Amino acid sequence: MNKLTLWFHKFGSPPVFHRIGGLLAPWLFAAALVLMAVGLYGGLVLAPADYQQSDAYRIIFIHVPCAWMSLFIYFFMAANAFIALVWRIKISEILAMTSAPIGAAFTAITLATGALWGKPMWGTWWTWDARLTAELVLLFLYLGVIGLYHAIEDRRQAARAAGFLALVGVVNVPIVHFSVKWWNTLHQGSTVRLLGPSAIDSSMLWPLLVMALATKLWFFASLFVRARNDLVELEAGKDWARKVALGEGDGA
Amino acid sequence: MKPGTLGAACLAVIRRDLTLSWRRRGDALNPVLFALVVVTLFPFALGPEPNQLARIAAGIVFVAILIAGVLALDSMFRSDCDDGALEQLVLSPHPLPLLLACKILVHWTTTALPLIVAAPLLAEMLHLQHAVLPVLLAALALATPLLSLLGAVCVALTVGMRRSGMLLALLVLPLYVPVLIFAAGACDAAQAGLPYLAPLLWLGAALVLALVLAPLACAAALRISIT
Amino acid sequence: MSDFLAMGGYGVYVWASYAVFFVLLAIDFIAPRLRRRRVLAELRGRLRRQQRKTQENPSP
Repeated sequence: MNKLTLWFHKFGSPPVFHRIGGLLAPWLFAAALVLMAVGLYGGLVLAPADYQQSDAYRIIFIHVPCAWMSLFIYFFMAANAFIALVWRIKISEILAMTSAPIGAAFTAITLATGALWGKPMWGTWWTWDARLTAELVLLFLYLGVIGLYHAIEDRRQAARAAGFLALVGVVNVPIVHFSVKWWNTLHQGSTVRLLGPSAIDSSMLWPLLVMALATKLWFFASLFVRARNDLVELEAGKDWARKVALGEGDGA
Repeated sequence: MKPGTLGAACLAVIRRDLTLSWRRRGDALNPVLFALVVVTLFPFALGPEPNQLARIAAGIVFVAILIAGVLALDSMFRSDCDDGALEQLVLSPHPLPLLLACKILVHWTTTALPLIVAAPLLAEMLHLQHAVLPVLLAALALATPLLSLLGAVCVALTVGMRRSGMLLALLVLPLYVPVLIFAAGACDAAQAGLPYLAPLLWLGAALVLALVLAPLACAAALRISIT
Repeated sequence: MSDFLAMGGYGVYVWASYAVFFVLLAIDFIAPRLRRRRVLAELRGRLRRQQRKTQENPSP
């Protein structure tokens, strides 16, 4: 067996994942915080005020990375759900279910910061444009997955059912986006665009990209921490979990 | 029909479900009554002025019927799950999607069809323009089977849960939003004198797609829930 | 410094957004750690009960 498949198989083993995740998580958190500091310094201090929106535009350094993360995490969740349903790999089940609350948090931040940005700029806390509405539906999708996962007793069956729901949702998100866009043209309502057609200046772009990377690292760090908990709980009867509980090391 | 064939199995499922609902035929009125209550409450909330009500009549009728439908979804598999017939269905040698499609058909006939029949009454209570009524009925005829099919997938995921009402509503909402948009959008277009065929055709296309895919998804979901 | 806080008059909105971000991330950081403590404590309790059972009823 070549080295790559060997590594892949090992990583899928719960005690190994538990150990490696535990080693990586603090470094990922640290890196995320450092990058956030750099990105926010660039965004809040270095970047100049926008011509049209003055300093209020600085919300995008939170809003846009979190929006990107809400979608990235959903696809990550759906991909793991697919692997879990087809190949029944335990780690994939756990990764899928663990990403859901983190994704929901990023979606909530996106919606809240979107409202806080909309109020001073366009005079309204909420607008039913395609992107915000699709983001709201995405939040409901996350909450549905979380709710279904917690409603079923058997953890593995619960993960499969909620994973199936996540896959159904993946198909639904573009449909919702398209239909809301159509709905908006029908009602000639406010076609507010959160990012105007003007190209973004490089001094504003690099903090945005740094923040995007920072939030990604934070997601993986948080994912590892949460997944380790779920793994210990799921494998409670096994020797390695016993060793972890009694503090005799990671048992890998 | 020769017993043991697929056709006989489908017919048996349909006959069984129809007989069971006939024995509790009063229950078929429940969604209708609920929709009636919802529609009655709106004028009290918004004021009785006919023009104002007429503007939003189609939307209110749709939302009332949609919510009544969500409440009625639970009955699709509930009794069969309780008495073990659902497991027999899953174990049957005949293709499960087809048998489920028959169940969904009967469920639509017994819950949504009465709502469609009641729709003109609901529309009249809200002063809907008479010219819009045929479009409303067409949109309902296309949308309600779609809602039943999509709802069936979600019910299959929550089958057997004791208090699944709120969770079910949460699960179906993202799936129902596009259907509602196009159905109510067709009525709005008709009301404004604009062409309304396009959204109806979108609904039709979605319905055809769902007729094929939803039973498959429902069967997969059922197999996950019943292990 | 006060210019920085005022953010061109939009200070409330900008800082509220940043607050939402950091508060939710803080919750995301703390919650799993609390859960881990609970999970490990439960597991230890279960192990103790199992040990007691095997001590009281030693296998023949």
